[in-house]
Amino acid sequence: MSELLEAPASTKRYVRRRSAVRATSLFSNGEPMVWLTGGALGLCVLMIVGMLWLVGMQGVATFKPRELVRWTTVDGGVLLGEVVEIERYRPNDAQLELLSEATRAAARERLAAQGGEAERRLVRTENFELTGTHYTWVSDFETRERTTPEWALSIERREGGPFYGVLRGFELDGRRIAGEPEAAWTLLEEQLPAVLERVDARRAIEREEIGRVNRAMEAERLAVRRAELEHGLDTAAARTARELFSARELGFKTEFERLRGEIEALDRQNSRCALRVEAADGSEQRIPLAAIVRTYPANRLDFGDRVSIYTSRTWEFSSGEPRESNTEGGVLPAIFGTVTMTLVMSILVVPFGVLAALYLREYAKPGPLVSFVRIAVNNLAGVPSIVFGVFGLGFFCYFVGASIDELFYAERLPSPTFGTGGVLWASLTLALLTLPVVIVPTEEALAAVPSSMREGSYACGATKWQTIRRIVLPRAMPGILTGMILAIARGAGEVAPLMLVGAVKLAPELPIDGEAPFVHPSRSFMHLGFHIYDLGFQSPNSEAAKPMVYTTTLLLIGLVVLLNVVAIAVRANLRRRFQGAQV
Amino acid sequence: MIRAQRETARKSVNPTSQPSAAHHAGHERPVRKVFDAVRDKQPFEAEIHPSLLTEEMVLEVDAFSLYYGPSQALWEISMGIPKGKVTALIGPSGCGKSTLLRSVNRMNDLIDSVRIVGTMRLNGDSIYAAGVDVIELRKRIGMVFQKPNPFPMSIFENVVYSLRIDGERKKSVLEEVCEASLRSAGLWEEAKDRLHESALRLSGGQQQRLCIARAIAAEPEVLLLDEPCSALDPIATGRIEDLIEELKGSYSILMVTHNMQQASRTSDYTAFMYLGRLVEYGPTEDVFVQPRLAETEDYVTGRFG
Repeated sequence: MSELLEAPASTKRYVRRRSAVRATSLFSNGEPMVWLTGGALGLCVLMIVGMLWLVGMQGVATFKPRELVRWTTVDGGVLLGEVVEIERYRPNDAQLELLSEATRAAARERLAAQGGEAERRLVRTENFELTGTHYTWVSDFETRERTTPEWALSIERREGGPFYGVLRGFELDGRRIAGEPEAAWTLLEEQLPAVLERVDARRAIEREEIGRVNRAMEAERLAVRRAELEHGLDTAAARTARELFSARELGFKTEFERLRGEIEALDRQNSRCALRVEAADGSEQRIPLAAIVRTYPANRLDFGDRVSIYTSRTWEFSSGEPRESNTEGGVLPAIFGTVTMTLVMSILVVPFGVLAALYLREYAKPGPLVSFVRIAVNNLAGVPSIVFGVFGLGFFCYFVGASIDELFYAERLPSPTFGTGGVLWASLTLALLTLPVVIVPTEEALAAVPSSMREGSYACGATKWQTIRRIVLPRAMPGILTGMILAIARGAGEVAPLMLVGAVKLAPELPIDGEAPFVHPSRSFMHLGFHIYDLGFQSPNSEAAKPMVYTTTLLLIGLVVLLNVVAIAVRANLRRRFQGAQV
Repeated sequence: MIRAQRETARKSVNPTSQPSAAHHAGHERPVRKVFDAVRDKQPFEAEIHPSLLTEEMVLEVDAFSLYYGPSQALWEISMGIPKGKVTALIGPSGCGKSTLLRSVNRMNDLIDSVRIVGTMRLNGDSIYAAGVDVIELRKRIGMVFQKPNPFPMSIFENVVYSLRIDGERKKSVLEEVCEASLRSAGLWEEAKDRLHESALRLSGGQQQRLCIARAIAAEPEVLLLDEPCSALDPIATGRIEDLIEELKGSYSILMVTHNMQQASRTSDYTAFMYLGRLVEYGPTEDVFVQPRLAETEDYVTGRFG
């Protein structure tokens, strides 16, 4: 009964208190925090999605074949090229001054009619050797005529960048055998595959055959050097080695001559065919078929052609080697280098990190020293990555590498083998960089293993190590893999330290290839991250390289995501095994 | 045996005659109260029923004291655990039951601040002598904990864990031991079709029976149960109690329990502990029905604790 009487009183008190709260503080209500937290998350997601969208859209559009447009300006200039960008702007008087007096008034009038605003297009005109420029802005008020010539060709050349021009004929052995564009195009389609095959053959000879002879010669030279180092310069052994070398040198020279002859024959065959193309300025240019990578009549493409060109370009990008100081061609060596380095780094960093975390958490007696070490490890994650690069260069390359060179590769000095940047040193440097990323989650995972499990194992008569190996490590494995995933994500995207310890603009050989001993840890390598930097900031034609920057970035992001997805799948698989663990 | 004779000499005077209290000069009272001992920070001479003296002991505890840092948790406890019987340790929370139990297989070694005086013997072999291999010792003792703690591996691997760590690789041996242990633990019928599934998918009661199977797989000389049913529902508890009943005879069991009914139902002998002292120890029926000390009676009848 007394409880019943009390109930209304308490309700009353509650009501009064609630109204008091409302009057004094908005925040104790909790609702504003929902907005704040949700807003913060939304902003983060927006930024990430925005970045991915930008990179994705720009990156995907790179290989799209575009229409070729011919512009005639009011002053009689002619341009031919692809429109890459359209924007509205407010031209100032200085820009109108550039026009000739006869046309300036009309332009001014037109501009006034548009309210002072003009539209301009960035036209990729290329033909660099003729025009001296890659891009030109064309404003609407200076345009007299805009056409799309039917036989405008977009030609990707092996050297000198793209060439845009109108097809005028096909040339065989210096004679024009087809004057009509249709006939010339048919001939081109007939001849180009054979020419490309010969180009590939020539390249194979250059790379493989000549490379083989070069390596054999280098091995001989090193043998002489080794004999000299071992026995002294003026000894019988050294003299024999030198004589042997000069005897063999002749063989190498004839071999070179033979190969050079083969190459010249191929070149002769290839130089027979050429295209006659009229550039925008009206001059007719001769373009040998051997110089062409890919060409298409940009204004005559149907949907199927577009798709096939897009696919062919994408394939070249992902499976080919770079051309034209990396702004064209493919990035296969960079993909390969990135993946190799990341995997080697993971193989190095995970065991080390796990062992270190095991000692810290399982064996070390908790105390100020352990806490200090833990703080130091955490701080290591905050050290600028370039510092690791400097350390890697100084310690791995110049100290460890140079010592290895002196001991095992003395005959090659002064050119360094291990004493310079290489994929092994880069992997080690990044392993050092990502060590805290592995140690911290591993330690947390170890700490999260319930002590009841450990006790159960000890009670069964297990030693500490048996308990760790059979109970603690399997249970902590998902956490350890989380550390590995984070390390991969961090390592694959890192660039700054790599510039110092082995990533190069152009690596002629892959770190793993078919040449014995197949794995070459001392070789420098290409890396997608460095490739992006190099394209964007180091290339002579940065505007032309911009689309490639986006595409390469997209590829790098995709690669990191792929590596992560694999690791996450492994972790999910492990987690499923421990499902239902409420302990 | 020598030990038993010594105990006979010391305890035969109980309960009617005055206990020998030579080292407690100044406290001459007809019945020594455990509260007096606590107030005086003294150990307590336990009331041990004579019927225990005829038992063969698997485990002997001899004047065993244990300290957590400066504070003493066990006060000169002396008792024997009979072979093939179930002995229950009862007492209010914090009385040192679990500490005593964990001292038997030296689990307290894992805590840095623990210090002990006195000794224990497992079938005559000292547990605390210098040079005792703790790992080997623990293999002779099975232990089941308060909360089921199956390992994150398959049911099969859980049961044969102690054989695995001994390096046993023969599949036939492992399978044989696994089946025998699971049968003894009454889990075989439920688990035989899912031996290679994760043990963590079993229910709580099944997990606890699995832990018992794991503990008996190594043929332990003594089985320690630390409140094995405290985390289980009544049905699972009933099954574990039945299981303890079945294991009686083949295994010597030392069990800590908070549940008075459980102690009276399952155990042959009961030891009542209070504030780190062993108070009374005797056949379960005697301890519950006609305890010799007032404190024991108060506790078993629920007047305190």
